[in-house]
Amino acid sequence: MSDWFIDHVMGLTKGSHFAEALRFFVFEFPKVMLLLTLIIFFVGIIRTYFTPERTRKALEGKKTFTGNVMAATLGIVTPFCSCSAIPLFLGFVESGVPLGVTFSFLIAAPMINEVAIILLYGMFGWKVAAIYIGTGLAIAILSGWMIGLLKLEKWVEPWVYESHMGNSGSTEEKPDFSKRISLGYDAVKEIVGKVWIYVALGILVGAGAHGYVPEEFMASLMGKSAWYSIPLSILIGIPLYSNAAGIVPIVSVLIEKGASLGTALAFMMSVIGLSLPEMVILRKVLKLPLIFTFIGIVGFGIMIVGYLFNFIF
Amino acid sequence: MEIKILGSGCAKCKTLEKLTREVVQQNGIDATITKVEDFLEIMKLGVMTTPALVVDGKVEIKGRIPSTDEIKQILTKTI
Repeated sequence: MSDWFIDHVMGLTKGSHFAEALRFFVFEFPKVMLLLTLIIFFVGIIRTYFTPERTRKALEGKKTFTGNVMAATLGIVTPFCSCSAIPLFLGFVESGVPLGVTFSFLIAAPMINEVAIILLYGMFGWKVAAIYIGTGLAIAILSGWMIGLLKLEKWVEPWVYESHMGNSGSTEEKPDFSKRISLGYDAVKEIVGKVWIYVALGILVGAGAHGYVPEEFMASLMGKSAWYSIPLSILIGIPLYSNAAGIVPIVSVLIEKGASLGTALAFMMSVIGLSLPEMVILRKVLKLPLIFTFIGIVGFGIMIVGYLFNFIF
Repeated sequence: MEIKILGSGCAKCKTLEKLTREVVQQNGIDATITKVEDFLEIMKLGVMTTPALVVDGKVEIKGRIPSTDEIKQILTKTI
């Protein structure tokens, strides 16, 4: 129907750049928004079952590797906002969750993001979405595990270990089901209300590039043949800070214009997983060498993922 | 009544503070509102996710922004 509308009512020539761009937008935007609303609603409900307190309890005193796997997995479903990174870090470390396990959680929580999963699924299909989850988990697990092995506790600000967590005194909130549904609805209002503009902009840029920018434009810069493209994309991605909703459409444009999948994904993971503002926040509890080690290990993991993708696809 | 808003100055924490002040003012509740930004203080209250709303030493809300109705309910139930 939108085909007919674009071709006949608006009198645009089929195949013209503008008509193609408009068609792309009209198809993509409602599709992505619908998916986003549905999934965020359900994720919002699921998350009411996974409070940070419960996650911490599950991780207390866990053996390193099992603990890393659990922490990374729980990082996906436990509600997390980077502004809570410090109290969460303090709470985890203080109650005896090993440093490396805490890091697995802190890496997975922002990097594997439900909005990114939906958008990747919507734009590239389930395979790419699944690989994104799998490799993201692997990076979080292995990076945390390595940080644990390196015994870097000496680079945590000493006051962290001297402080003691009080008891919140609140009875654990146990919402009934209708409350959970309304919390899911709140999540939709909050997240969709915030990201729809980025999705629209991203798809619009995508639509624009769809019609106008030549297909092979990015190939020389971010194509497979350019070996340096992956480390470069990661370096560029660190200071850039965007939420997942804003970055996926950009990634889709990059790929469309000749960037290889591995390079584009590495760029995306770097932008959402390694963010400068979060590092600045974490500096309050971590000494600089630990922050650099953290960036180094995660960056290296992302790089391997990027090369792996370029090799497979 | 002593109300504390816990949070290190992120957008959500500011929203919670604003909403709480509104509710207190509109309903003529006798309360002092303080913003707690120090992580050690926040930790002493046992809170891991900000923003949080603490009333007379009891953590009522953590990790999310409640609606004004919910804040009103919390602030009026103790009276």
